[in-house]
Amino acid sequence: MTTTTPTTRIPADDGATGDTAYARSGAKSADDRRLTHLDALEAEAILVIREMAGELERPALLFSGGKDSVVMLHLATKAFWPAPIPFPVLHVDTGHNFPEVLAYRDETVERLGLRLVVASVQDYIDDGRLRERADGTRNPLQTVPLLDAINDNRFDGVFGGGRRDEEKARAKERIVSLRDEFGQWDPKNQRPELWNLFNPKHRPGEHVRVFPISNWTEVDIWRYIDREDIPLAPLYYAHEREVFRRDGMWLAVGPVSRPRDDEPVETRLVRYRTVGDMSCTGAVESPATTNAEIVVEVAASTLTERGATRADDRISEAAMEDRKKEGYF
Amino acid sequence: MSTTTPLLDPAAVAGAARGTLLRLATAGSVDDGKSTLVGRLLHDTKSVLSDQLAAVERVSRDRGLTAADLALLTDGLRAEREQGITIDVAYRYFATANRSFVLADCPGHVQYTRNTVTGSSTADVVVLLVDARKGVLEQTRRHLAVTALLRVPHVVVAVNKIDLVDFSQEVYDRVEAEVQAVARELGVVDATAIPVSALDGDNVAARSPRTPWYDGPSLLELLEALPPSDDPANESFRLPVQLVIRPQGAARDEAHRDYRGYAGQVASGVVRVGDEVVALPSGRRTTVTGIDLGERSLDEAFAPQSVTLRLADEIDISRGDVIASADDAPEPTQDIKAVVCWLGDAPLRPGQRLLLKHGSRTVQTAVRTLDGVLDLDDLHTVPSEALSLNDIGLVTLRLAAPVPVENYSTSRRGGSFLLIDAHDGRTVAAGMVGATLPTAAPAPTEPEGDEVWEI
Repeated sequence: MTTTTPTTRIPADDGATGDTAYARSGAKSADDRRLTHLDALEAEAILVIREMAGELERPALLFSGGKDSVVMLHLATKAFWPAPIPFPVLHVDTGHNFPEVLAYRDETVERLGLRLVVASVQDYIDDGRLRERADGTRNPLQTVPLLDAINDNRFDGVFGGGRRDEEKARAKERIVSLRDEFGQWDPKNQRPELWNLFNPKHRPGEHVRVFPISNWTEVDIWRYIDREDIPLAPLYYAHEREVFRRDGMWLAVGPVSRPRDDEPVETRLVRYRTVGDMSCTGAVESPATTNAEIVVEVAASTLTERGATRADDRISEAAMEDRKKEGYF
Repeated sequence: MSTTTPLLDPAAVAGAARGTLLRLATAGSVDDGKSTLVGRLLHDTKSVLSDQLAAVERVSRDRGLTAADLALLTDGLRAEREQGITIDVAYRYFATANRSFVLADCPGHVQYTRNTVTGSSTADVVVLLVDARKGVLEQTRRHLAVTALLRVPHVVVAVNKIDLVDFSQEVYDRVEAEVQAVARELGVVDATAIPVSALDGDNVAARSPRTPWYDGPSLLELLEALPPSDDPANESFRLPVQLVIRPQGAARDEAHRDYRGYAGQVASGVVRVGDEVVALPSGRRTTVTGIDLGERSLDEAFAPQSVTLRLADEIDISRGDVIASADDAPEPTQDIKAVVCWLGDAPLRPGQRLLLKHGSRTVQTAVRTLDGVLDLDDLHTVPSEALSLNDIGLVTLRLAAPVPVENYSTSRRGGSFLLIDAHDGRTVAAGMVGATLPTAAPAPTEPEGDEVWEI
């Protein structure tokens, strides 16, 4: 069921490899001065990133090495070019991350000359501030280290790669979203967000979460990665991996995700649609090795990316809402 | 409801690369079937995936319903599902072969002004639901009034539950005439009506054989064909400066050590290399020598691109200033009259001090006078001592520094502002520069049925 096989071969793009807006420069007619939806999304994201850089004292950008945070980082690079990104990146390391993703994270930080702040869930478990959950998943444990990192570094705004199409609770969140002094989101008491005027003002102790790619869908992300030729961690592309079946997902065999006796290990051609904690992020069977192939595959998929690959979102109908209220991403 | 496996239409995927973006907002009274219509649009454009649909079917079954309740697709919060209501604006995404849509689903009952104003402020089109059995209600008038005030370019009135009036042309014609009369009275420029059944899908994605007397487009056909926005070529160039980009020693490339650029989104119009521009409020003139979008140089930029301008002279420009075309720049002012939608819990009173955010500039402001509160039923004003939550009123403001505002009726971007409580940072009002309320539109000279399709 989780397999996402392209049912129809279609061109992944219209052949315009570059940014259509640029290709149209100098054109005169009204039709030529209409942004494609991808250009409109890019313009909106850059507006948000710049505005928050102008309004906030000490922002940081959440960077996990996952595709959405990579796209956000790419947009930030464009927003400030040719100056460097004027704030650090923050990663909450669960200790269960894929090694390829951590390597990619470090390469990217190096390539762009960024300052990386790491909040480690493992440290919290080692000294007893957090306890391992019975189910072994660490995604819900990220909230406390994240909030501590925000407090300790006195960050007053944190950019996140959340998208409204991911999940029903996210669909209700503002682009600039207030968190109280406990890091909590109050969905019933959100600020109105009017025109394209963004207001991150807050009282001391509060902070804002900023989601510049709120309006992007999974296909938009892949189309943009393809168009901008953004390098990603290799596990987003088809590769052979030892996996076993659990809860309708293919989980990688690794130190934190061991098959039980009744879960036979197989070698399959898989890729990851989302990248999270190894213990609860499933792979999908896929032959897609290029961005263009992934665009087609994602567009033809009958499952949402979280439904297909995240065990932690299956806990309850309101799993994401509950975690967000507590201060999760 | 159909249980076929939804798949994104591959043609839509291929086309989406070229397609434009249309932002729409929904509005309607309680029980008009708005969530159902949104669910239907998502379902019929194959934007609902099987795991989402399975979840909706499971919950519907648990509640003893025989068919999946599509409203559950959009009610995302626990309290909403428990109470069967919609609490806050939810954003949804769908695409067709020609266009991608961002849909702001605005609840109709609680805080309707706040939510409708929020959703409508960025909308290219508002889809307003009317129950065919009930016709125009007080709430419908108010939604139309807010839409007119915010000058949303297009309004589509979905006359819903047409199945419950036996697909009667007579009923539809009566409701449509009523809607059009109110829309004209309130100054809604472009209102189009469509008979639909959100529950069964009639005239939502495809035209329905059950309304043979209706020869207009389906809702989705209409949304696909609407012109997305104004042509930037007909607008004056404005760019609020968000940041001054000066890498100096931090430049990653030695060649950019002396780079100096002014970053912002083109709010309106077109700017070309060589254009003469003026910085506001200083009034200093200079010429555009370069336009950058990331590391690419452009010959021209147009709204709503986010770019960086390089200028011939090193004049003093900082965040909050506006770069405008030199020949038709607005005059910065410290005194403005405006229409405000009050969104604060405590009432607005004359003498109050607030922050005003316009473009990228925030200044202090004092409310000089409250010049009336708007009766949304007929858009006339009555005197008042205060503006309460969800009231719309006319105010005169004094600003601490000159700001190059424009009249909202000529520029949605240049005429909009926020009022912010300086103490807790809350956004307490949506403001529109100019005391001009929409006026009744002239009666149409052509049969309305024809007008509908000429887009």
